[in-house]
Amino acid sequence: MNALSLLHSVERFARFVLRWVPTLAGITMAALALCLGPAAGQDLLPPAPYAYRQLDDPKQEAKAQALMETLRCLKCQGQSIADSDASMAGDMRHQVRTRIAAGESPEAIRAWMIERYGDYVSYKPELSTTTWPLFALPLLLIALAALILGRRLGGRGK
Amino acid sequence: MIRGRIFLWGLVALTAGLFGLFAYQLSQPKDEFIQSTMIGKPIPPFDLPPSVPERPGLASGDLADGQPKLLNVFASWCVPCIAEAPNLARLEAAGANIVGIAIRDRSQDTEFFLRQNGNPFSRIGRDDISAVQLSIGSSGVPETFVIDGQGIIRYQHIGDIRDSDVALLLEKLKEAGA
Amino acid sequence: MIAELGLAALWLATALAGLQLLGGVLGQRESGADLAALVRPAAVMQALLCAFAFGTLVLLFARTDLSVALVAQNSHSEKPLIFKIAGPWGNHEGSMLLWITVMSLAGGLIALVERRLPEKTLLATLAAQAFVGLGFYAFLLVSSNPFERLDPAPAQGLGLNPLLQDIGLAMHPPTLYCGYVGLSVAFSFAVGALLTRQVTPDFARVIRPWVLGAWIFLTLGITAGSYWAYYELGWGGWWFWDPTENASLMPWLAATALLHSVSVLAARDALRTWTILLGVVAFSMSMVGTFLVRSGVVTSVHAFAVDPQRGTFILVLLTIYIGGALVLFATRAGTIAEGERFTVMSREGALVINNVALSALLGIVLLGTLYPLLTEAFGVKVSVGPPYFNPVGAVFLMPMLAVLAVGPLLRWRRDSFARIRLPVLAAFAVGLAVLLGMWLIAGMALLPLLGMAMAAVVGIGSVLPLLGRSLRRLPLATLGMVVAHFGVAVALFGMAADSAFSIEKLVAARQGDTTEVGPWRVTLASVEPVAGPNWTALEARLSASYRGGAPSEIKPQARSFWAPPQQTSESALLTRWNGQLYTVIGGEADGDRWQLRLWWKPFVTWIWYGGALIALGGLLALIGRLRTDLKRRTVRARVAARRMEAAA
Repeated sequence: MNALSLLHSVERFARFVLRWVPTLAGITMAALALCLGPAAGQDLLPPAPYAYRQLDDPKQEAKAQALMETLRCLKCQGQSIADSDASMAGDMRHQVRTRIAAGESPEAIRAWMIERYGDYVSYKPELSTTTWPLFALPLLLIALAALILGRRLGGRGK
Repeated sequence: MIRGRIFLWGLVALTAGLFGLFAYQLSQPKDEFIQSTMIGKPIPPFDLPPSVPERPGLASGDLADGQPKLLNVFASWCVPCIAEAPNLARLEAAGANIVGIAIRDRSQDTEFFLRQNGNPFSRIGRDDISAVQLSIGSSGVPETFVIDGQGIIRYQHIGDIRDSDVALLLEKLKEAGA
Repeated sequence: MIAELGLAALWLATALAGLQLLGGVLGQRESGADLAALVRPAAVMQALLCAFAFGTLVLLFARTDLSVALVAQNSHSEKPLIFKIAGPWGNHEGSMLLWITVMSLAGGLIALVERRLPEKTLLATLAAQAFVGLGFYAFLLVSSNPFERLDPAPAQGLGLNPLLQDIGLAMHPPTLYCGYVGLSVAFSFAVGALLTRQVTPDFARVIRPWVLGAWIFLTLGITAGSYWAYYELGWGGWWFWDPTENASLMPWLAATALLHSVSVLAARDALRTWTILLGVVAFSMSMVGTFLVRSGVVTSVHAFAVDPQRGTFILVLLTIYIGGALVLFATRAGTIAEGERFTVMSREGALVINNVALSALLGIVLLGTLYPLLTEAFGVKVSVGPPYFNPVGAVFLMPMLAVLAVGPLLRWRRDSFARIRLPVLAAFAVGLAVLLGMWLIAGMALLPLLGMAMAAVVGIGSVLPLLGRSLRRLPLATLGMVVAHFGVAVALFGMAADSAFSIEKLVAARQGDTTEVGPWRVTLASVEPVAGPNWTALEARLSASYRGGAPSEIKPQARSFWAPPQQTSESALLTRWNGQLYTVIGGEADGDRWQLRLWWKPFVTWIWYGGALIALGGLLALIGRLRTDLKRRTVRARVAARRMEAAA
């Protein structure tokens, strides 16, 4: 293979790659579209009864809302189920609201979700063998901050 | 001063670790799947009405009748479900008992889908609000679970069943039957 | 021809950056004096060439030259001219060119005007800048050439995604890049000072405008981004602790800390090594942020320009620059003499507490953002969200805010609490009253309650420095500080009020139905189909009246785009001084009813007013500092001229 044909094939490869860039961007946008709302590849059924309907008791609704804000949408993974139009998020909101209405406690519902999907589904990390550094490091930071402030500022006043 | 020096090199080490983590994650294919954590647990009780007239509905009791089964979570509006249809047919031909749950699907749409792509299911339950799907830790369609004769979830396959997955699923089914 | 000229200019600029680096390094010795003399002209020339190259790209986009691959992929002859001109940075290649252009312009400016630092320190700084620049040039020329030709040229371009044809989004990347480049300049100065061991108050005065400028841009970027998410995502949330948002917050936290430590260094010659470290950290955070957003290693709502290969390139640059700078810092830090001492009850003392708290906050955000990435490496998926960030962040934020209210009242070096006891106690008494009152009357949750009380304390504390001073003789920089601190109080109040008093109503409404949302009565008049250039929509005509007043009409839409097929909710807002009515139309409910989502969000707009005030305060301070610097410059020049006369 001489240098010219090598150049040509490099150029062809580059053009091939360039042709696919918009497609990739399109796929990304489509993935986002999945989260934003139903489009192609989405179901035709109406949302679950309590997906977009609040509980009558404002106290229960507040509890449900607080819980929904801390549960992660499984379909569009960057949002809570309280912030998503995906139909699965709606179905999860239905679960939360009906269970709250039936008298279940928010933390029991969270535990129910975690039992099925693991820690991923909850934005509120629980203290466990996998998450202890999340809580230990802030404590360490406080200790470190106190140490630095103490050394920097303490006792050198007069 | 020595202690300060140690602190500084600690910072350098921490940064190096961070960059190492970045490099490792870049080299890994991004895994967007969320595995069910119900593997090894009995399937929660449920009773779904039939989705189409020609097949009975599905209840948790049907999954604990002594025979291991494949539980396929699907929908007519899901494109990969069309892609996996031939492989579901192959699994059925190989002797697998496949039951289905149609997620958020109107009966007429499910019927049309089955007419187009074949019907490998012995039972199909209709889940309009994804309640059973949520209760077994499934996060999308299609997904396929291996359930043993006692109704215990043994294995989960996420996404459409590719040609290469057929043998694996049969193997898992055999393990569940033993 | 134009594209080739642009590319040639880019290559020339790269060569000059190489020369600048060489001159800056060799010029440190006496033998390299000839090369050293070339450094400043090289930096200026490089800036001109880059500006020229960027100009050619803008021209190519303006003329829709489809024989250029980048134009063909991202533009369309039918696009409005303003979006054609904004075209160059709506894509990866063009935005990298914009980045390097802004960076070289900054370098050219420094080379042209900066005379305050020892020459060797300046040379080392420009060398560091060229070194950083070379990485980006390599990135651009090797893997993302914006001037690539397409042969044969297509008949029509592919166009820009309609969602991105938004003036706010067109301005977003340049704003961010200006912020990042400003931090890269601070980084270069820090490396230069480290290399020549010249960490002086002059160094602080030189980098202060750059840090301030970067900080203003970052503040604006975060504020605008938050408002965009608020009205675009359609659920009324304004901050989600999403990785992309955290990626923008981390450089801001570091820059805020740097800004304050720089003023300690400038005024009192203290905190030398700490300031240098922050200079390195601030730029690192902007690079880490860029990496997180562009590489796609974290899952985010806003993941647009994801490409693992670019991620690899950014990671390599990150390792070279940040790793290198940290190693340099670790070896050199011990040799830099410690600065002046001070007591806790002093301005510096307060600023040290501020710095420690900001750094800890930065650590928390970094930890929470990256922890899921860490566990994923071990096969475990976890999520870290608001229930973690809010309370843990508050632990560090609240003491910092308390100090913010007091710090500006303290004198440098040493002060006594007795001197400022009265106003401080008054401010905290008001805060306590707000705390108790709100708790008894409104029964607020703990975090918003603390936020509300602290907003009162900071609000009063921030204006106390004005007491007994004539506004006319007040230095602009001091006024800027007061405005920015007051902005913090305003934003905090907005956050607390929104999270405590927001009212949400989800209804399935028929035509003519009226819903009450807090003080508003909202009636659904009708639902009409409407069409735009590339979408159709259902538009709800709502008539809303505040406490029985005259009704106003608002029209939220549910839009369907067809290329690419996608549905979005266009929320409609009614803004009053004391909050916003936020309306969204969802889908059709059963039969003849429509899903409406309505919120009354008291004082929510104060969040962004606060952000704008913070940026305005920064701008005032920047103008004030630059004016003082210019004055000093003329005085110096005059003194020098007089000396010359006297000698003659």
